[in-house]
Amino acid sequence: MSAGRLPRWVDYVLIPFLNLAAAFLVSGLVVILIGENPLDAVRILIWGSLGYGEGIGFTLFYATNFIFTGLAVAVAFHAGLFNIGGEGQAYVGGLGVAFACLALDRYVPWYVTLPFAILGSAAMGAAWAFIPAWLQATRGSHVVITTIMFNFIASSLMVYLLNNMLKKAGSMQPETRTFEDGGRLPFLNDLFPSFGFGYAPVNLSLFVALAASVLVWLLIWRTKLGFEIRSFGANATAAVYAGISPVKTIVIAMLISGGLAGMMAINEIMGSQHRLLIDFVTGYGFVGIAVALMGRAHPVGIVLAAILFGMLYQGGAELSFEMPNITRDMIIVIQGLVILFAGALEHMFRPAIVRLLTPSRPLDAKEA
Amino acid sequence: MSETPAIELRKINKSFGPVHANKDIDLVVKKGSIHGIIGENGAGKSTLMSILYGFYNADDGDILVDGRTVTISDSKHAIALGIGMVHQHFMLVDNFSVLENVVLGAEDSGLLAGGLARAKRELKRLEEEYELRVDPEALIQDLPVGLQQRVEILKALYRSAEVLILDEPTGVLTPAEADHLFKILNVLKDEGKTILLITHKLREIMAVTDTVSVMRRGEMVATRETAGTTMEELAELMVGRSVLLRVDKKPAEPGAPVLEVENLTVTDKRGVQAVKDVSFTVRAGEIVGIAGVSGNGQSELLETLAGIRKATSGKLKINGETIDLGASTLDAADMRDKNMGHVPEDRHRMGLINSFAEYENSILGYHRDPAYSKGLLMDLAVIRKNAVAEIEKYDIRPPNPMLKTASFSGGNQQKIVLAREIERDPQVLLVGQPTRGVDIGAIEFIHRRLVELRDAGKGILLVSVELDEIRGLSDRVLVMFDGRIVGERGADADEGDLGLLMAGVDDTHSAPAEGGVQ
Amino acid sequence: MFETLILILDSTVRLSTPLLLACLAGLYSERSGIVDIGLEGKMLGAAFAAGAVAYITANAWIGLLAGIAVSVGLGLLHGFASITNRGNQIVSGVAINFLAAGLTALLGQTWFRQGGRTPPLPEGGRFREIVWPFAEEIREVPVIGPIYSELLSAHNILVYIAFLAVPITWWVLFRTRFGLRLRAVGENPAAVDTAGISVTWLRYRAVIACGILCGVAGSYLSIAQSSGFIREMTAGKGFIALAALIFAKWKPANAMFACLLFGFLDATAIRLQGQAIPGIGEIPVQFFQALPYILTVILLAGFIGKAIPPKAAGVPYLKERS
Repeated sequence: MSAGRLPRWVDYVLIPFLNLAAAFLVSGLVVILIGENPLDAVRILIWGSLGYGEGIGFTLFYATNFIFTGLAVAVAFHAGLFNIGGEGQAYVGGLGVAFACLALDRYVPWYVTLPFAILGSAAMGAAWAFIPAWLQATRGSHVVITTIMFNFIASSLMVYLLNNMLKKAGSMQPETRTFEDGGRLPFLNDLFPSFGFGYAPVNLSLFVALAASVLVWLLIWRTKLGFEIRSFGANATAAVYAGISPVKTIVIAMLISGGLAGMMAINEIMGSQHRLLIDFVTGYGFVGIAVALMGRAHPVGIVLAAILFGMLYQGGAELSFEMPNITRDMIIVIQGLVILFAGALEHMFRPAIVRLLTPSRPLDAKEA
Repeated sequence: MSETPAIELRKINKSFGPVHANKDIDLVVKKGSIHGIIGENGAGKSTLMSILYGFYNADDGDILVDGRTVTISDSKHAIALGIGMVHQHFMLVDNFSVLENVVLGAEDSGLLAGGLARAKRELKRLEEEYELRVDPEALIQDLPVGLQQRVEILKALYRSAEVLILDEPTGVLTPAEADHLFKILNVLKDEGKTILLITHKLREIMAVTDTVSVMRRGEMVATRETAGTTMEELAELMVGRSVLLRVDKKPAEPGAPVLEVENLTVTDKRGVQAVKDVSFTVRAGEIVGIAGVSGNGQSELLETLAGIRKATSGKLKINGETIDLGASTLDAADMRDKNMGHVPEDRHRMGLINSFAEYENSILGYHRDPAYSKGLLMDLAVIRKNAVAEIEKYDIRPPNPMLKTASFSGGNQQKIVLAREIERDPQVLLVGQPTRGVDIGAIEFIHRRLVELRDAGKGILLVSVELDEIRGLSDRVLVMFDGRIVGERGADADEGDLGLLMAGVDDTHSAPAEGGVQ
Repeated sequence: MFETLILILDSTVRLSTPLLLACLAGLYSERSGIVDIGLEGKMLGAAFAAGAVAYITANAWIGLLAGIAVSVGLGLLHGFASITNRGNQIVSGVAINFLAAGLTALLGQTWFRQGGRTPPLPEGGRFREIVWPFAEEIREVPVIGPIYSELLSAHNILVYIAFLAVPITWWVLFRTRFGLRLRAVGENPAAVDTAGISVTWLRYRAVIACGILCGVAGSYLSIAQSSGFIREMTAGKGFIALAALIFAKWKPANAMFACLLFGFLDATAIRLQGQAIPGIGEIPVQFFQALPYILTVILLAGFIGKAIPPKAAGVPYLKERS
């Protein structure tokens, strides 16, 4: 019904901004409800995330995770698919990284291990997306539901594997042995000491994530495959008319999506934890949904949104330290609000803006 | 008969954003009459009726029912005022029984049992009174469209409708079913009901209405007594100037066969045979038209040839190559590789991606062509240059390849599709409903292009439900009924004759349908 | 052996109850065309509200009302996003799950300072088991005794409400005007609209019904099954309920059997933990945990019957311009 067409800047700048503002406004109300000063909270949050080198380092570390999971959701979006299974795909992706690192870390330097870790994580993530993709493509089983199911199955599977197969001998902890140097990505602090990232675990995967962003951009907007993915997502019937195979497109888009989600494990496992452990994904896969929504499924938007969420994570940690009343759960609340306003309620402000910007001048009836 | 009209509309206006769909509409509908409203697609007929039925609210203007000014803010009000509507797309719940559909919204009380029992009795009565026979326990999804429409009429009568609006009711019906519908409408009229019949088909207006109003571009341009007007006058009123019913073209000079279809059978998702053992040939330099009431297998035939739908069995010869369609896994891309273009019946659903820029749509289906790629990436410069050339050649407006396709008018959208398919120089072009929802100026342009393509020695298979278009363009006409080709006629086919064929009336004049259609 | 079976079945009933309530909740919503993956969040919100209010008032019933109120509130938010604003229903559900997870933990910590828990409930704050007449007397009677005294008797009122809700839901759905319209709006909202019925109001009533049942489900966790709320206490039950709903093909009686099956798997897993089964060996507990999801995927794949959702599910209703 809102047939009014708006200038691009309204769609791409003003409306996302208003949505975000609404989310933060409500977050502020929550802070007031808890009995703290929201302005102080914002100050602490910004300082904690951007105010000093180590803070920035943590922000970028989290952002790296979100770039991967955000890109994952976005690629599926372009194919008209809602991959809600980034959580499980990233978790299983950890296996790929761990296999590469455990096999190679004692024999080769990290830069030899890295390509195998990338391949391994992407392959495992893609594999975990394959069954939902294949079922959607050939049997019409809704990918949202199947990927949710696969998140839970992944969780059980990983607990089982870590407890029964991958556990370090003699240890009670459900985790693998710690990788040697050949299985550890250099921290940026070691590469660029002048930035003063301190103990922040931000590492070389950041550049892997940025490279992935560029590649995703090329893929979606500059290749035939991307054209086919977007065609299928925008109008599946027209895509079939154009000779684009739905089965192939769904499966490929989901494999790429799952692969990107799986690559998130590089940052956590090879970049920071240096061992495979339980529950290392802790919701990063779901945050990818918020990041993709906010970034409008465009890599530039996703990188920016990922940094914003990185700030929330790091600043939120700082906040819970400075204001003990505001626990880190506040971040989850803010995420929920961002998903709500930037996603589910994304059109809430639109009618009002259309009314504001389009003067009511009835044109002649046009053949529609 | 009292003089108070059943319905009176005064100065009704309705806009959708910038589109002024109804402009100062006045309309008087006499009680106990069949009143036709005719106009081209997009003239605003359906919008007007939706306002009367409370589906949309008018921006301003008055509605009078039985002489009293009323406000119809939703369909509930309309129903209470005795207005019923049979929508073009049926408003039925597929997995409900007839009875449940009739009762929905008129259940009597919070519990269903009483309402269902009453409805069953009432249906029995209506069945006897109007000869509207339907099994009340049948599920809608198991009924043929003709019966589904009957359920819609029963729904309205069950709600004691005095005024019945029918929106393009014959689009999905065979001529025989349409005739039966008209009989029902006459019975309803005799019982004192008022009927509003929305259509773009002149024939129906002449056949069944007492009065006819003509709409054009959102305006009501004339009202006539049907007995005192002619099809020609109405056609002129509809389009705003005298219409050239014939397309200007030389006789065809057919060459060698370019497309041969042998014993093609297509089964749809529900397991129903949509195309039954169809064989025919299209030669170079001719337009073969397929006439028929929509839903008789033409769409399935076209989509199967285009590689979109799987055939059950049958052979296809194209450019000398024989393909066993029953066994092949060819898709639309493979058919394009065989030099076959396809202008689909529904450009919004199939031919274009509305959210894409014009230049992106200008390669849809041809995007794998190496000419559009540079290494791994697509060559946007070449693609855009190409799009600009097509825009110029086909006078597509506005001439901006970066614009989203949704912002073009229907006629220009169709030109985008046509340009894309014709400019790839196909040996065979499949064309479905080329002028549906297209303004009259673009129609002539499109028709001219198709004739030019024919004269360039290409074969064209044309599917259209518009008999005038089929007769105007085709060098040979095949008629489809119930999935079969039931007859073939030449370029000068007689309209009445075609009508009989389309209705499935036995064709004794020509050879049996299966064999002799060459 | 028989006693073990009774014990497992008894715990099946207890574990199935929240699933069943949430599953029926989802049934109302999805039958009306509103997909709800926010069952989890609504349950969690309700569990927290019920736990907190029951602690403060020492009254389980007021706690239950608070749980229902919060769950209905979240349901209305989902309705506002997906009905009024025609937003993406999946996204809205995800948002609600996040909000509930964050807010319950955050407010729990702020208000009670026990790491997100609510304090143990005082007397009267928890629904107690209802012992049926003569339960003690016939306990020793073979077969019938344990079935009566253990399996049927001695559950709290919410358990009985949950199982009573099954026939009631069936009756509402198939024997009342509301049910007819609800089923219709999930299949073809345009048909409902043209019949003069408000699609919006009908769907809002469905999400409210969903909210009420989710509220009972969540309250059951914190003030009936346990004595107080703990962080993330739903632990995926909302998603299992969603799986059960699909497994049940959106039918009330099937929903009960699906939830009993999933509850039984859970009960068996707990029972078998660390025990070897003769001939098979020890089955990892994770296998039982994953089984409901695996079964649902297999069902969705169409290998054991076909799960066809309501036709209009997930699609916002928009009057079309013709």
